[in-house]
Parts: sequence; C-alpha cells; structure tokens
Amino acid sequence: MASFDWSILWRTLQVTGAALFLSTLLGVPLGTWLGLNRFRGHRLLIGLIHTGMAFPPVVVGLVVYLALSRSGPLASLDWLFTPQAMIVAQTIIATPLVAGITTAAVAATPAELLPQVRSLGAGPWQAKWAILREARPGVLVAIAAGFGRIIAEVGAALMVGGDIQGQTRVLTTAIVLETRQGEFAVALALGGWLVGLALLVNLAGLRLQGRTSS
Amino acid sequence: MSVPWAYRLNGVTHRYGERTALHIDHLEIARGEVMALLGPTGAGKSTLLKLLAAAAPATAGSVRLGETPLDQRLVPLEVLRRITLVFQQPLLLSGTVRANVEYPLRLRHQPRRSEKVEAMLDRLRLSDLSSRSAKSLSGGETQLVALARALVLEPEVLLLDEPTSNLDPARVALVEEVLAEFQRRTGATFVWATHNVFQARRVAQSVTLLLDGRLVETARNKEFFENPTDPRSAAFVRGEMVY
Repeated sequence: MASFDWSILWRTLQVTGAALFLSTLLGVPLGTWLGLNRFRGHRLLIGLIHTGMAFPPVVVGLVVYLALSRSGPLASLDWLFTPQAMIVAQTIIATPLVAGITTAAVAATPAELLPQVRSLGAGPWQAKWAILREARPGVLVAIAAGFGRIIAEVGAALMVGGDIQGQTRVLTTAIVLETRQGEFAVALALGGWLVGLALLVNLAGLRLQGRTSS
Repeated sequence: MSVPWAYRLNGVTHRYGERTALHIDHLEIARGEVMALLGPTGAGKSTLLKLLAAAAPATAGSVRLGETPLDQRLVPLEVLRRITLVFQQPLLLSGTVRANVEYPLRLRHQPRRSEKVEAMLDRLRLSDLSSRSAKSLSGGETQLVALARALVLEPEVLLLDEPTSNLDPARVALVEEVLAEFQRRTGATFVWATHNVFQARRVAQSVTLLLDGRLVETARNKEFFENPTDPRSAAFVRGEMVY
C-alpha cells in the first residue's frame, strides 16, 4: 500500500459529503412536510417516495448520463464524467431514502404535540422545528441511511463519473477496477478503508443521537 | 374601546364529522375572572377550550377575544400569544424540566429567563426535578411542569383543561393556591375546565355547566351552587347522574 492514492479517499469524502448535504437539505424538509400534513395525493406522493427508496442506482445513473450527455438537456453544464455528475446522481438516489424515513419519524410524534407547542406561542416555523427536534433520532437514522446508500453506491458513480484517475475515481469505483485487474489485495485494502469510513461516520452519528435524545 | 368581557361567543358550533360536539348560542366570559367550565367527561369542555385558544376553528359562529375574532383562518401570532392552553394530557419536549419551562420564554426571546424559570419551579416545588429528563416524569409531575411552563409566561388568558386530574390532594391544594395567587397578582382571565363540583366552587367566580355539548347554565358562583335556575344544574351540583 506504499503507492496508495490518498486523493481517492479525499474525493470519496467530498462527493459523499456533498451528496449527503444536498439530499438532507431536500429530504428532511420534504419528509417533515409529508409527516405533518394530509392532503389530496398524499398517499400517492408517499408511494412515489417509497418507490424512489428502492430505485436501482444504475437506472438513476443512466438518466443522469442521458441528461448530461452531449445531446441531453443539461449538456451545456459540461458535467459528465466530473464529480458534480456523481453528486447529482447520488443526491437523486439518497433523497427519497432521507425523505421517506424522515416522514415516518415525524408522523410518529404525537398528533397533539403541534397544537400544544403552538399554544405556548410557537410560530408555524418554530412549531415545525420543535416537532423535528422531537423526531431527531429518526431523522438521524434517515441521514445515516442516506450516507450508507451514497458511500456504498458504485453503479451510477461509474456511469456518470467514468472512474477517471485523479478526477472521478472514488473508493467503490477503485475497488471495481482493482478487482478487474486481479489486484485483490489492493481491492481488499480499499474495501477496508470504505468500511472503516462508514463505521466512523455511523459511530459519530450514534454519538450525536445519544447526546440529543436525553 | 375596552370591552368588559374577555371572550364573546355567538352561535358557535363545532362538529367532528357528522357529530356535533359543541353548540353554544351565546356566552360571555368576564375579563380578569376565573370561570369554571363544569361538566362530565365528553360534555365538550376540551372542545370549547380549543376554540377559545384558537387551536381549532369553529364549524360555525363567532368566537371573539375582546374585539378580535378568533374564527379567521390565520389568527395573528401576537393574538395567539395572549392565550395559553394547558392540555389535559400535556406533552413535554425532550430535554430537562428546566428547558421545558424555559421553552416558551425562549420562543419570545425574553430576558432574565433563568431567573423566571427558577422562581416558577420553586413556587410549584419542582426545583428538585429541574435537571431531570422531562420524559422520565410521572403523570402528576408532567402536569405540574406543564402548568409551570404556562404560568411562567404570565399570559393574559389561561385556559386550563382538568389541570389537577393526575395530582394527589396535597398537590391539588398547592396548584389551586398558586393559580389563585397568580390570578390576583396579574388579573388574568382563567377558564378552568373541571368535572369536580367542589373544585369549581372553590376556585371560580362564575360557573358554566356544559352537558352533551350544550350550555345548560352560566351564573355567578354563589348563585350557581345555591340557587341554580336549571334543574339539571341542581342535579349536577347534588352529584346526581344528569347525562
């Protein structure tokens, strides 16, 4: 492992972090809104999100590829085979998971909590924030699940990133490459890094969850 | 400009689906007094309190807090903040007892919060619990913390839904004493829902009896208990089954 390319680890962290940030930014408010409101089409929207939770990453990769390709509607961005394309694909993959689990966590808070918090003088946004804080163990699980989906994802990352050395190569795509080349020891070492990274982030999440749930 | 009543209700109906849970032709609640809302379980007391707190809209009719209508779809926050409702089954937020009592003050960015919180916890003999997790409290302790959380705000209108239902007699006496002292000091308007005739007699200046979602009688305390005009009020006061 003397020639280990540390930029792969750094890029993995960058792409995963950016995709997780975006999917949290989209998924948590969407899940909160769905968990607190009932309206015509609510069940349909939940159904779509649940479908999105199980969406095959290669299909997402294909759609993003086609959108960013030379003849696609987003060709002018010139993002194909860049980390940005990987971030877009992984955000699309993880957002339904974050939104779906957040919806369940928010919906599980007592229905009377919102009127009780409002009766203490909370404005609409303050009340929603209070509900979200009560649902935070579930919301943290949602974010952890999103992280797990993103960091383990390889299909879409390969399709839209292209596994270009020094540019879009991340731990998962590097493992695929090393395995294909018969470099099993390197592939296993990279796998160790990947598992270690996932473990570290999840332990940090658990610690945060423990500190906030008292 | 100022009207003598805190609330005025006209032709108010509240329905849950097809069922009419509450119908009141007319009711005025005096400003700066304690009105006991008397009635058995399911009489519509909690529904009425929710309408008074603007926590639920009336299906029909008008509810006014002073001159301000509460039946509009979006009641301004500054109006809502004049009213505090203590629910029958209060829910506390995650965190310590102290953080829960401080919460409504924090929402309003009030100064000297910890001073007010400590004084209120002390008054309700909750100081020993201040660092405890709110989720670990018993039902009675939860009810006391919910009361402390409402009183610390010094609201203009305090709506109480069976606030002593989970308390032992000593704590009931403490709560009645604290609430009476608070009301005298601040001149707040209280609407105190209870099914306990004796409590209503002890704490209120006026009494309203609700039965089956209908207003039976509203009168001054002495009049209601000593000379009720409606036979159902007389029977309820005697402890007879009138529902």
